[in-house]
Amino acid sequence: MSILSLRNVVKNYHNHTAVDNVSFDVPKGSVFGLLGPNGAGKTSLIRIITTITMADSGQVLLDGEPINFNHPSQIGYMPEERGLYKKMKVGEQLLYLAQLKGMPYKEAKQKLHSWLDKFDIISWWDKRVEELSKGMQQKIQFIATVVHEPKLLILDEPFSGLDPINTNLIKDEIDQLNQNGTSIIFSTHRMEQVEEVCENIILINNGRKILEGNVSQIKIDHKENLFKVEFDNSLLRINGLANFQILESQNDSITVKLNDGMRPNDLLGLLIGNGAEINSFNEILPSINDIFISRVGKSKE
Amino acid sequence: MNKLWLIIQREYLTRVRKKSFILVTLLTPLGFGLIMFVSGYLASNSMNSQKKIVVVDQSGILNEDDLSTSQFDFDISTLPINEIDTTYSKLGYDLLLDVPPIIDLSSTEHKVDFYSKEKLSLVALEQIERKMSRALKKYKISKSNINQETLDQLEMEVTLDNAVKSDQEGDKSNKMSIGVASALSYLMGFLMYMVIFIYGSMVMRSVMEEKINRIVEVMISSVRPFQLMLGKVMGVGFVAITQLFIWMILLFGIMLVFGATMTPDPSLGAGGMGEAGEILAEMGSQSDMKDLLVGIKSLNWLLIIPSFIVFFFGGYFIYSSLFAAVGSAMGDDLGEGQQLMMPIFIPVIIAISLVFPVLNNPNGSLAVYGSMFPLFSPILMPARLPFDPPLWQVLLSIVILIASVIFMTWVAGRIYRVGILMYGKKVSFKEIGRWLFVKN
Repeated sequence: MSILSLRNVVKNYHNHTAVDNVSFDVPKGSVFGLLGPNGAGKTSLIRIITTITMADSGQVLLDGEPINFNHPSQIGYMPEERGLYKKMKVGEQLLYLAQLKGMPYKEAKQKLHSWLDKFDIISWWDKRVEELSKGMQQKIQFIATVVHEPKLLILDEPFSGLDPINTNLIKDEIDQLNQNGTSIIFSTHRMEQVEEVCENIILINNGRKILEGNVSQIKIDHKENLFKVEFDNSLLRINGLANFQILESQNDSITVKLNDGMRPNDLLGLLIGNGAEINSFNEILPSINDIFISRVGKSKE
Repeated sequence: MNKLWLIIQREYLTRVRKKSFILVTLLTPLGFGLIMFVSGYLASNSMNSQKKIVVVDQSGILNEDDLSTSQFDFDISTLPINEIDTTYSKLGYDLLLDVPPIIDLSSTEHKVDFYSKEKLSLVALEQIERKMSRALKKYKISKSNINQETLDQLEMEVTLDNAVKSDQEGDKSNKMSIGVASALSYLMGFLMYMVIFIYGSMVMRSVMEEKINRIVEVMISSVRPFQLMLGKVMGVGFVAITQLFIWMILLFGIMLVFGATMTPDPSLGAGGMGEAGEILAEMGSQSDMKDLLVGIKSLNWLLIIPSFIVFFFGGYFIYSSLFAAVGSAMGDDLGEGQQLMMPIFIPVIIAISLVFPVLNNPNGSLAVYGSMFPLFSPILMPARLPFDPPLWQVLLSIVILIASVIFMTWVAGRIYRVGILMYGKKVSFKEIGRWLFVKN
């Protein structure tokens, strides 16, 4: 079951196509990565999902229903460019934004109090936003995004500008929300974060989908039969290594690419047969970053 | 609907609670009152200071009692002019006049030299000239065979009385009601002009602020852009009503206090009120308060008040939604957006400069056509209202205005929804025109 399904979504602007026939599904309760370089069309896609704009053609389903203007109350969206009313007090501002998401005043107030308590910032309630530091404002922004308990949370570069402590704090909260059943879309161009948190990803470039799937599956699909072996005896003379491509060789380790038709055991057998003391043997999977770069590079050609 | 109300509430409360708003709201009428008080005080002061004038009249044709007033104290001297022209200021006189004898009674011109250390105002000179010619006329009458009584009987004063309004009491009521009507026209036209600029640009600044702050993207993921714009326009509209209402009450209070403490001459009170005030002042100095009240009563308030309210809101809405659209199209650089504001400034400035020609002929074709055009009518129709325009014209103008308000708000909404998400691009009118037809 998908919380969000996009079917052949197209969005044209005056002189370019921002979203070109994109389809994907976000499984309910998952953390989903929306990846792409700057200008790939991530923001255009998000704006369609958040009802800010409408697709020129194609279908967007939220929890099985075609997207409509009642849905914003079920979506929490934190744009990349954060923004709050600078002159408004923290409490008032949060109450205002929560009520605009359809929360009744009393409930909003109570929920907000417990969030501010949780972050230990209840004393900020009567402070103006402009008195807070950037990191503090990000926390407020995060609370504003999640207080109405959305089914779907869309976070655009959520960790940009956060120090490591606050990054972890927000990461933990996202984990917590996810465990409680919230589906999360993560939009970013920072790949190392994707591997840490996302189960599924879609990679778009120039408005087109170029890759989609489960993160570990994608890595397996893109593996290049690379293995790293560490052993004790240095400067071993090993016969028969000509059958392997040695990409990197150091005193006590080698990185090997297996040719087609060869299995890891063949390599191990050869090494052991030559009397090597194996310390470790690992397959090197490509990072999402490598896949990203190679795919984006390819799609440019 | 509920969201719209939340937006209106926020827009209203954040402004009304600001210290600067409270200060401006309270201090503006006080400042206004202070200006009125000071200018009134200065005016009365300059009137109270009597000028001492010595007149050299060796032929004895003048009489001191005919000349002296509260402003000028005349003394007649028979000394030759060369004995007094250097010493008159030491003797305590401000002005020396040298009246030569009248040799030819049939001559209608008479040259009088004056000597003065300080510059005299044109008004004072004219007053003295009038005094002199009246006194000399009296002398000529006494020298001729005509007696004063016959002459008085020759006087004929004509009063133009509007037959349609003949049910009014008093001879001066018609002239007075025209004066009051003109003053009211100016007041309403100018008020609209101020409202459009002050509160319209308040809407524009607020739109720009949301765009620059980037809060707007969060907002429109919760509400429709049109709701946000409408809420802002309406919220600021309520701010306008609040502020104007408080100003009205305070100004009225100040006028009452002022009226009680100052001399009853109403011309003093109007010192700071500009053209409208001058008209009132002129009226005031010529007649008494009773006539003023008659003039006020003679206006068709049942038409004026409700129509003005309609034009007030229509004008505010049409222009502030335009301001909102322009604000959304602007980047963070106000200077760059200057040209985008021209389509707003130009009609307002044309309209306000048409107020005077329209007042000269409140039912002429310029007035009629001008008050139908929806970008002018919020200023020009209120200016016509005190002059009893035909009801069908008022109604037609209102219908056109309301239709235009709906259309312009729609246009502004189309521009706004695209503009608020445009960053880092200098936009042209052509580009904005295209936004109208962009799909959501």
